[in-house]
Amino acid sequence: MSEPRRFWGTEAASGLALISPTAIYAILLLAAPLATTLLYSVFTDGYLVVEPTLTGQNYVDAWTNPVVQSVMMRSLMVSMLVTAATVILAYPVAYFVSFNIAPDKKGLWLFLITIPFWTSYVIRVFMWNVMLGRTGVINSALIGSGVIDTPFDLSFSVQAMVVTLAHAYAPFAILPIYVALEKIDRSLLEAGQDLGETRWTTFLRVTLPLSMSGVVAAVLIVFIPVIGDYVTPNLVGGGKFPMIANIIEKLMLKSDNRPLGSAIAASAMLIVALVSLLFIFLNRRYLRATK
Amino acid sequence: MKIPSLRIYTIAYLVFLYTPIVILPIFAFNNATVIAFPLRGFTTEWFVAVWNDAELHGALINSLIVAGSTSVLSTAFGVFAARASTRYSFPGKGPLMGLIMLPMVLPEMIMAMALLVVLLSLGVKLSLFTVILGHVLVCTPFSVAILTSAFQSLDKSLEEAAYDLGEGPVSTFRLVILPLVLPGIISSMLITFTISLDEFIISNFLKSGEELLSTYIYSKLRFPKYVPNIMALGTILVVISITLLALAEFFRRRGLAKTGAKDSGGFV
Repeated sequence: MSEPRRFWGTEAASGLALISPTAIYAILLLAAPLATTLLYSVFTDGYLVVEPTLTGQNYVDAWTNPVVQSVMMRSLMVSMLVTAATVILAYPVAYFVSFNIAPDKKGLWLFLITIPFWTSYVIRVFMWNVMLGRTGVINSALIGSGVIDTPFDLSFSVQAMVVTLAHAYAPFAILPIYVALEKIDRSLLEAGQDLGETRWTTFLRVTLPLSMSGVVAAVLIVFIPVIGDYVTPNLVGGGKFPMIANIIEKLMLKSDNRPLGSAIAASAMLIVALVSLLFIFLNRRYLRATK
Repeated sequence: MKIPSLRIYTIAYLVFLYTPIVILPIFAFNNATVIAFPLRGFTTEWFVAVWNDAELHGALINSLIVAGSTSVLSTAFGVFAARASTRYSFPGKGPLMGLIMLPMVLPEMIMAMALLVVLLSLGVKLSLFTVILGHVLVCTPFSVAILTSAFQSLDKSLEEAAYDLGEGPVSTFRLVILPLVLPGIISSMLITFTISLDEFIISNFLKSGEELLSTYIYSKLRFPKYVPNIMALGTILVVISITLLALAEFFRRRGLAKTGAKDSGGFV
């Protein structure tokens, strides 16, 4: 600004002044701590202290350690499975609410879908432990009613973790897909059918491509928190199948190796960003079309 | 063009979604410590135990302090950011809004650890205050999202009319804008209150000795004899959340009706 007096009172100044409390808070409590984590990840771990000597060793350790590798692979696998299951199962529900429900009842249906998710997360996760166990609710109900003779055992397994997380993040997939479906101009579908497409081919060639922006949003909204989930591996996995968050906790607090923990945290952020960007890139055609 | 199979599928999906919170009250009133069928009989024993649990009372009070402070602070931050981003264009708007909304797409564990490391190295003692600092960070993006839609549906000519009639920026905000976005503010406060009450990871790592509701529940789940109590507590929490949400939805709709906007349905 060559002339500060001109700056004050302008729209830019008013906007900056107005956003400053929130922005300063985010810079101090979010940007600065994240930057510190990145800095720690290239520092050396000393006894009880972190020494400010630059090194890339933490990243070498993080990426070559077989335990860390297996945890990373498990986290990726679980979150990809959960994301795929959640988004595929959620799509028809979003479609049904958007296309087959009268406009004045849509709000009620969305409300019905979101209600179960505003109850204690820890309890919701734990409920799957109670339900899927060998002597759990589902087994005892099925055996009691004579449907099965021998109980299935899903307690403390990766499968149970996937079911739990697919349940926990269901509305995060339904809502963005629903929003994208709502935006589709209904006359396009009629045009498709007038031009001789069947309902199914209209869906594949018109509805699905137009709703891909919602699917991409759903994938990201589910994938990111799931890969960082901490409660489910502990409660439903019984601590036997740790994921990224659990190993970060272990290194940062129990082993007090903050540089290595920071390097893993930074690597996790990098993986999340890369997977997200790759997914957006793969769908760029649809994202551009809907803008 | 109704497809009945789609309706059946959606209802089956809803059954899947609701199973855990339907099971909750069934076993909260069941007279057995083991959570399995067949049911053993009706009891309110677990609710009595929950009611008389002094440790839980402490955790509840702590959680209410944290959630109350968080909802006020994050909604205030949300008002600033949402108003700035909907009303003004200024340099750095994209990156700043991106940073403010970042917690929505950042694993909470990474935020919790980054904050924890910084707080510890600055010598800040962990307390309810540090938990509030973290919760405000997580809740502000939700508040911004809710309030952005509230501010967006404002008709700019109302504001200009107030200026033309001689009101200043502050009194225009108080007399014209605030009443119109008030439902959005209340809705934001209720939602952020609920999110804070439920938040676990940041609470777990940024608290000191004193328990919060979510960390108390987590700590008790290791002991099988507490499980029925947790079922009873969970039942109470379900009822409270549904009430709060119904209220939030009520205010959101009233806000839309006030500004004359069309209902685009639901939260988020």
